[in-house]
Amino acid sequence: MSTVVAARRASGWKDTITALPWIAPTLLLIAAVVIYPTILMFQTAFVKYTPQGVERGPAGFANFNGPAGAFTFPTVPWPAIWTNTVVWVVVVVLATLVCSLALAQFLNKDFPGRKLLRLVVILPWACSVVMTTTVFNYGLQADVGVFNRLFVDTGILQAAQGFTKNPATSFWVAVFVAVYVSIPFTTYTILAGLQSVPGDVIEAAHMDGANVIQRYWSIVFPMLRPAIAAAMLINIINVFNSLPILKILNEAPGYHTAHTTTTLIFEYKVKLGPGVASALSIVNFGFCLLIIAIYLAVVKPTKEVQ
Amino acid sequence: MAYRGGVHKKPNPIATLIGALFVLLFFSFPYLLMVISSLKTREEITKIPPEYFPAAPQFDNYLKVWSSQVDPGNSLLATTVISFGATLLVLLIATPAAYYVARFKFRGRMVFLFLVLITQMLQPTVLAVGLYQEFSQWRGYLVWVALILINGAFNLSFAVWIMQSFFASVPKEIDEAALLDGLTRVQTLFKVSLPLVWPGIVTAIVFVFVNTWNEFAAAFILVQDSSLQPLTVSMPRFLGMYIRDWQLLFTVATVAIVPVVILFALIEKRLIGGLTAGAVK
Repeated sequence: MSTVVAARRASGWKDTITALPWIAPTLLLIAAVVIYPTILMFQTAFVKYTPQGVERGPAGFANFNGPAGAFTFPTVPWPAIWTNTVVWVVVVVLATLVCSLALAQFLNKDFPGRKLLRLVVILPWACSVVMTTTVFNYGLQADVGVFNRLFVDTGILQAAQGFTKNPATSFWVAVFVAVYVSIPFTTYTILAGLQSVPGDVIEAAHMDGANVIQRYWSIVFPMLRPAIAAAMLINIINVFNSLPILKILNEAPGYHTAHTTTTLIFEYKVKLGPGVASALSIVNFGFCLLIIAIYLAVVKPTKEVQ
Repeated sequence: MAYRGGVHKKPNPIATLIGALFVLLFFSFPYLLMVISSLKTREEITKIPPEYFPAAPQFDNYLKVWSSQVDPGNSLLATTVISFGATLLVLLIATPAAYYVARFKFRGRMVFLFLVLITQMLQPTVLAVGLYQEFSQWRGYLVWVALILINGAFNLSFAVWIMQSFFASVPKEIDEAALLDGLTRVQTLFKVSLPLVWPGIVTAIVFVFVNTWNEFAAAFILVQDSSLQPLTVSMPRFLGMYIRDWQLLFTVATVAIVPVVILFALIEKRLIGGLTAGAVK
């Protein structure tokens, strides 16, 4: 018996070796460009650097909580940054979800031009976020911005505002743009989920006297849960890691109150060097791993290939 | 039949029309503004307050921009080279992996697939400092190679997932028949399986290409030399600088989005299966 098991085990590893030529290039690239920089980042977090990136010996935990540490550097408004980061992720992800649920419901109807409309919805997804954000930055300029003129002409604003010059307003403009560019992916995921809702069940519920809202909440919505879970978790990671929107829309310099932990990494990298930036990156990295773990546990993306 | 919203009754045509027009306008207005602005004169675009439309569209902005201060030629070359490079790299290494995991069970297969999935969810942004430490000495055109490797690695998983689902849908018997006819495994992949899974391959190619074309964080932290920066890094540099030639900036933005929008529209139907690793199709 045990020899059979042993033989099977041996043949199992033989299979792995046979598989290597096919999967080794993928493994190598992941090792070199994902795993190795992760290790480097952890090492860097414990080394002292000048802002220009010159090494100055071991740092212990000084990059985290020293006088020029990621979490203790004076003038960095940490309470505001924690709040921003949470608000940024929660508001953007939830607002995206609500808009996408409605939009997917609409695009799932049968009407002429539906296919074309779906392609228009894809625009903010296909276009570079940098370019999309740049248009918003231009449109919201106080002097030459077309959106500002439109707001004044329609009476929404009394006078043109410099939305991007002030951290308080630029943050909320960034929230809008982030929702805007996140809607297409979420909508498409929910549309895909809607394909699995059988029409005859809805019809039966209709016969039984369930109205539109009841049908949606008791039949359609529960069946959309896997799609919603997948879209939301992927969005959380994307939104949390989003750099260009906040960076391009906020023209105020320095450690202002519109930073999230992600944009702060890049500010630190320039001002305090790679050591401090790595220390903060480790916290962000931990958060990403947590979301990935939840994704693997909840969405079970590998169940079909087992 | 899949669920289609209403029960028996047709949707109200007027409400649908209004809804459709709203969606159309909402998802295109920044891009319409981009194109309209790219056709203005410098005087029109810097006027305070601005005019909504140009008096006469300045199509020659699209010619002038190449010899202007914006000078997008180098950046367009950088973006193009990096995007083609990353796409080719992914195609070369993801195809055999996808084929093999779709066809064979082996010890470590699930570990491999999990590793690929985790890579898909991690992003260059969170590892940017580590990537900087690894690649900051890659100067000159080598920085493009670094970006090809980075974009390749982070887009690899989408390609592996989408292609393996296509390979898995091809019956094993077809492969086996080819092997019986004396073809090797590699020949079978190229001559028998690949022609059958081309939609999956096209999807992977387009996805990697578009994502690399639009990538920002890694390029931003790695490419210091302005003549080597891709479009996503070089264009925002002009914001808030001496230059107020927004109309030229928008010609570049328009040129940069048109090809990827067309490509993305081609694979629109198959994107979700790859991004959610088939958990949602």
